[in-house]
Amino acid sequence: MLMDRQTTERRAALAPPDDDKRWKIVNVTMRRNGYSGHALIETLHTVQNCFGYLEDRSLRYVAMSLGLPLSKVYGVATFYHLFTLKPQGNHTCVICTGTACYIKGSRELSTAIEDRYSVKPGQTTKDNELSVLSARCIGSCGLAPTVVLDGKVLGQMTPAELIDEIEEVV
Amino acid sequence: MNLEDLADITEAVAAAAESRRHCVRVCMAASCQSCGSGEVLEGLQTQAKQNADDGVCIKPVGCMGLCSAGPLVSVDSDQPATALLYQDVTVDDTEDLYHSLGDQPVERLRCRTDVPFFARQQKVVLENSGIIDPEQIDDYIAAGGYRSLMRAVTEMSREEVLREVKESGLRGRGGGGYPAGLKWATVAMAPEPHKYVICNADEGDPGAFMDRAVLESDPHRVLEGMALAGYAVGAEHAYIYIRAEYPLAVERLKTAIKQATKKGLLGRRICETALSFEVEVRLGAGAFVCGEETALMASIEGRRGQPRPRPPYPAEEGLWKCPTLINNVETLANIPAIVGKGGAWFKSIGTENSTGTKVFALAGRIANSGLIEVPMGIPLREIVHEIGGGIPDGRRFKAVQTGGPSGGCLPEQFLDMPVEYDTLRSAGSIMGSGGMIVMDETSSMVDVARYFMEFCMDESCGKCVPCRAGTVQLYGLLDKIADGEATPSDLELLEELCDVVQATSLCGLGQTAPNPVLSTLRYFRHEYEEKLRPESERMPRMQIVTLDD
Ligand SMILES: Cc1cc2nc3c(=O)[nH]c(=O)nc-3n(C[C@H](O)[C@H](O)[C@H](O)COP(=O)(O)O)c2cc1C
Ligand code: SF4
Ligand code: FES
Ligand code: FES
Repeated sequence: MLMDRQTTERRAALAPPDDDKRWKIVNVTMRRNGYSGHALIETLHTVQNCFGYLEDRSLRYVAMSLGLPLSKVYGVATFYHLFTLKPQGNHTCVICTGTACYIKGSRELSTAIEDRYSVKPGQTTKDNELSVLSARCIGSCGLAPTVVLDGKVLGQMTPAELIDEIEEVV
Repeated sequence: MNLEDLADITEAVAAAAESRRHCVRVCMAASCQSCGSGEVLEGLQTQAKQNADDGVCIKPVGCMGLCSAGPLVSVDSDQPATALLYQDVTVDDTEDLYHSLGDQPVERLRCRTDVPFFARQQKVVLENSGIIDPEQIDDYIAAGGYRSLMRAVTEMSREEVLREVKESGLRGRGGGGYPAGLKWATVAMAPEPHKYVICNADEGDPGAFMDRAVLESDPHRVLEGMALAGYAVGAEHAYIYIRAEYPLAVERLKTAIKQATKKGLLGRRICETALSFEVEVRLGAGAFVCGEETALMASIEGRRGQPRPRPPYPAEEGLWKCPTLINNVETLANIPAIVGKGGAWFKSIGTENSTGTKVFALAGRIANSGLIEVPMGIPLREIVHEIGGGIPDGRRFKAVQTGGPSGGCLPEQFLDMPVEYDTLRSAGSIMGSGGMIVMDETSSMVDVARYFMEFCMDESCGKCVPCRAGTVQLYGLLDKIADGEATPSDLELLEELCDVVQATSLCGLGQTAPNPVLSTLRYFRHEYEEKLRPESERMPRMQIVTLDD
């Protein structure tokens, strides 16, 4: 699993796309895993946490550093729902579409947002203020229907309450 | 660490508890945190500071079960069932609450505990949940934790540990229900020196949160179960594959691993023996199929999470081609109790073929939503109408969905059925991982079937045609039926296609995707038929459809 030291050093010597400090954090993740291809998903998590999304040049840098074909890196990045190749708006609203939330009316929540902001789950408003996403169960089903607004979980939402909450942040 | 050290810690924790007059526990699991329990905790701590009173201990704990009434706060008892319990607490209530300690309770916030929701449960996996602080290893040790591991590695042979697990009759809680002892024995017998243990904490079933609650409320229990598994099968390395959507559980797990490693209960030379057991956390990235064991292993290896045909089973050829034991969170959380109290004790709970207890996540149209743990074999009616408190708003019970997208809907006629693996299966559903979604008369069963098919269609990994194309076709048909645009021949096609997808898909996702359709067709066929209009009425609608297209 572990690479010989020379390879590790060569990979580590690759220069990041620019001198943004956040690349250091990405490098730490790769180094901790010995620049092994197995670390790909871990690394993509770090990149997305640092930069908000997976930019083309990030994917290229990761591919080179881990010695993986770019096709494989793209294959993995597009397979998993949590990875996004597009930048997000200033605020994000994630609507839970798990079973409990569905039964308790998550569809009405999406409709309310669509009526108010003309965006569907997966889209961002034109002014780049709000991205609407959907998730499959965030595990707070007792409070269904739930949404996550800028990282904060809101439970037992009604369409009107949700719009109020969003109005407050955007 | 040895047994004496554990006893010392236990004594120290008990002495500290003795010296306090009151212990106030605040639920800090994710669900309660999202309705503001963090501020409640801070508010109470501020009160304690202002009153300069060290006779009161304010303690963050895990899930107390009745999540729909959160934030929950319990006072002065280490069992929610006997404690004074408060519900819907806000930061404004903390002053009253603090000053009521040892005096009259604050009536307006009281949550009744003499109700079946608390009285009818039997806790094994959740015995510490809502009682101990999940971020303090000493709390777990004081509750009897790590004794089983310590005893096992110092006093029991591997075979003896294995024997207890076999004897217990424990079956996998992740969905399949495969006997844990058999799986462990296969891995234990594999000749290769290098083996792995994996804890499957992906919990992809929408509507299920059992594993999340266990990890957030009592992470050391899962680690101890994993270490016992490692000892029994001869593995020194382990992974926990957990969803990134559960950030709090991830954090508490990492804290727990650090604490246990520091105390020499995990890591190198555990419990002062020559054995090692190292645990690493791996994050999922939001793909339901990664809960399937072969896909999960592919994901740990950094690849797309696509299943492969079995055999070879992971027990023979798993992670990096090494023999691998893969178990669900709840399965592993049962192990410390089984090794500690004996397989025979565990077998005495539940029924002949489904031993022990099961944790269910009750949600949907039900009065008490939350987490419950009950002995296997309990009638469904008791869960829904007594523990769950029945259907709110004066509506009628219609069905309960068990087993998530691989499961089915059970109507009223099954309410008196005992809940166990085999009875659920014979009724056309499955135990699954323990999600239970209750539906009332306002839910359309065709909609529910369509909902699950949409889920499977979105989550299909695309590797094999029957699942990739079949789920799209099935979804299209269900959509057509739900919109009242289908003919009787569409219904026939639907049933035929269900058989094909079930029989020819590569992994469990495709094989079980038709289940919600088949079970709703079996018990609610009239709802499908109502949607099929007679030919004469259909003509105008057909026109609308072509115009829309
Ligand atoms: C599509 C699919 C999704 C699954 N998701 C999970 C899951 O989220 N958690 C889990 O423990 N098992 C899941 N399983 C079952 C696992 O493949 C495996 O059987 C289980 O982890 C074994 O552990 P157990 O024997 O302790 O139940 C899933 C299976 C399939 C086919
Ligand atoms: S059945 Fe579906 S999820 Fe499973 S391997 Fe085939 S395409 Fe992938
Ligand atoms: S279904 Fe929405 S939180 Fe679980
Ligand atoms: S999360 Fe607080 S009671 Fe379940």
